[in-house]
Amino acid sequence: MAEAHDRPPEKFNIRLRRYDPESGQAPYWDEHTVELEPHRSVLEAVLQARDRFDGSIGIRCSCRQAICGSCGVRVNGEPALACHTHLDAALASSGDGIIEIEPMGNMPVIKDLIVDMDAVHWKKIQRVTPWLLAKEPVPEREYVVPKESMVDVTQTMACIQCGACVSDCLAMEVDPGFIGPAALAKAYRFVGDPRDAEQFERLNDLAQDPQGIFDCTHCFKCVEACPKDVNPMGQIMRLRRIAASDQHIVDQNNGVRHEKAITGLIRGYGLLHEAELIPRSYGGNSWFAKFTPPAGKELLSSLPVILRGLLRGKFNPRIAIFGHKIPPADLKSVQAIYDKVESREERYELNLYITGTDEDNAPVPAEPEQAAVGASTEGSDS
Amino acid sequence: MKVAYWPGCVSRGFTPELHGSMAKVAPLLDIELVELDRACCTGAGVIAEHNQELADTLNARTFALAQQVDGAAMMMNICSTCQGAQSECQERLDANAEYRSHVNQTLASEGLSYESGLTNKNFLWLLVEEIGLEALNARVKRPLTNLRVGPFYGCYIVRPRKRLGIDAEHPRDDYLHQVIEALGGTVVDYAGMRKCCGFPIITMNKEASLKQAGRHLGDAANAEADCLVTPCPLCHLNLDLQQPLAEKAVGRELKMPVLHLPQLVGLALGLDPKELGMGRHVVRPTSVIDWSSSVVAAAA
Repeated sequence: MAEAHDRPPEKFNIRLRRYDPESGQAPYWDEHTVELEPHRSVLEAVLQARDRFDGSIGIRCSCRQAICGSCGVRVNGEPALACHTHLDAALASSGDGIIEIEPMGNMPVIKDLIVDMDAVHWKKIQRVTPWLLAKEPVPEREYVVPKESMVDVTQTMACIQCGACVSDCLAMEVDPGFIGPAALAKAYRFVGDPRDAEQFERLNDLAQDPQGIFDCTHCFKCVEACPKDVNPMGQIMRLRRIAASDQHIVDQNNGVRHEKAITGLIRGYGLLHEAELIPRSYGGNSWFAKFTPPAGKELLSSLPVILRGLLRGKFNPRIAIFGHKIPPADLKSVQAIYDKVESREERYELNLYITGTDEDNAPVPAEPEQAAVGASTEGSDS
Repeated sequence: MKVAYWPGCVSRGFTPELHGSMAKVAPLLDIELVELDRACCTGAGVIAEHNQELADTLNARTFALAQQVDGAAMMMNICSTCQGAQSECQERLDANAEYRSHVNQTLASEGLSYESGLTNKNFLWLLVEEIGLEALNARVKRPLTNLRVGPFYGCYIVRPRKRLGIDAEHPRDDYLHQVIEALGGTVVDYAGMRKCCGFPIITMNKEASLKQAGRHLGDAANAEADCLVTPCPLCHLNLDLQQPLAEKAVGRELKMPVLHLPQLVGLALGLDPKELGMGRHVVRPTSVIDWSSSVVAAAA
């Protein structure tokens, strides 16, 4: 590390996305050459350009050490904290040797690299009631809870509200009303807190909302975007899991039915029986689902697609009707696994963020005490 | 090379042309496929959403079956979603010996046990890392000259990077580009190539799901792609099977053919579009078939 810090200043070319909505002009690109040591940050490069060449460049920043979450931007198309991205790394990931810096996505631009967090991010955070709704009676002094239950929510507590996940959310891109990864991770912060009194109400609210937990497309964009390993998508999956399995919520968006359809079909066939997936997601996990009004309506609306598929020989009618199965003995084994795991009193979940890996936890081998070994060898009588 | 082959469910169900074309292409690349016909669905992330240990145990069973295949160099899949779902389970199983042994206790009644460190590669990764782009290029009989191909990676095979082993030495999120070029085609870049096809929410928010598919297809059409190619059969369902509905969702005609990766490879290796099952697509790959017959005619 010391070597990287010792390198002398170099010239870096940066390309900034500039935009001032009040000017009436379209956004444009603005290039500058800055001179900094390679281990310095993209934020420092922007600030140098502002100080030396153009005082009107807009960027928001505060702590400059990846704690306050103010300087979220896109560097070479990927969301990042400007203060936490080294210039040499940014140069390596640039397409043409020029580091490209843009405002985050999915939020309106106020000016240049500053986006309107209030209009999107904070509004969504407020949507999930981001405070503890304490269990009664409130103890005279502090609540006493098992240590593990608080460790469980520490991952979501690591969020610094930078908006990087919101910027890249692909569901929000087509459906701006989606509550989104940051707010839903925050929701798990309280759903998973044993002191909170309203787990059911919170989950039912987020499950019934058409733009709630079942609107996430499971695309891993937020997992990749987060500079703090919060794994928002993983938290959304936990919200779904608790809503369906512990609170027995059935939502109006087919979310829980869809989950039960897939797990049920794999239990019954070993493989996914695709033709049954849509009727069961709309009508419930049974062969008769296709005769329920919601499933019938959906199948009818998909008729043009179904007919075209049949016409092209895309579906084998035998597989479409009877599904495909793994051999009976194997299916029995798969079902035995379902029975054993699902009958456990508590679900066994391994969160590597909390536990670390065996490699992380391996005892650090003691430094070979070379001098001492050498001395003893030399000093031995043999 | 011999591989323990996991075709997945959809490649044998609603996209039979994928499994079929893989079977045709494998011998041309000296890949011997030993099908894991006893293994069950990976759960596509949904079983993990329901119960993580259940997903990990079912996939550990598949991994254990793969490890029993005599002489297999590794496990291979042809479904990005399977790759993503399996990689997630494998990450947990490999990370923690105590957890692995807990899962193996459930498998013990069947005499199975998963040992950490299985190599499991999507056909795309195997093409680049095991066969090699030069060797692939050397086998091309009908270069895809002037065919403009848009890569559609989807999500599960490109994110999260660390879990999927994507780094400077293994730019796996760029392999479709490299393969298209090795086959002699022209790569068409467009905005949606590493975005979500929308399939996971098709039953929950159909409008948003179809809008996602429609936008990416539209982006590719704007970039003048002749066709897309994808390593994921679930993406194929939303991009091809649902394309007539996606057209309505975005209010424009798309008519964008979407090929499975083995179909594109097979085409360049000289196979006939029909035997690669291209007639089974909802959007007829006429741009591709016309192109290939004109090339055949020119060669004749």
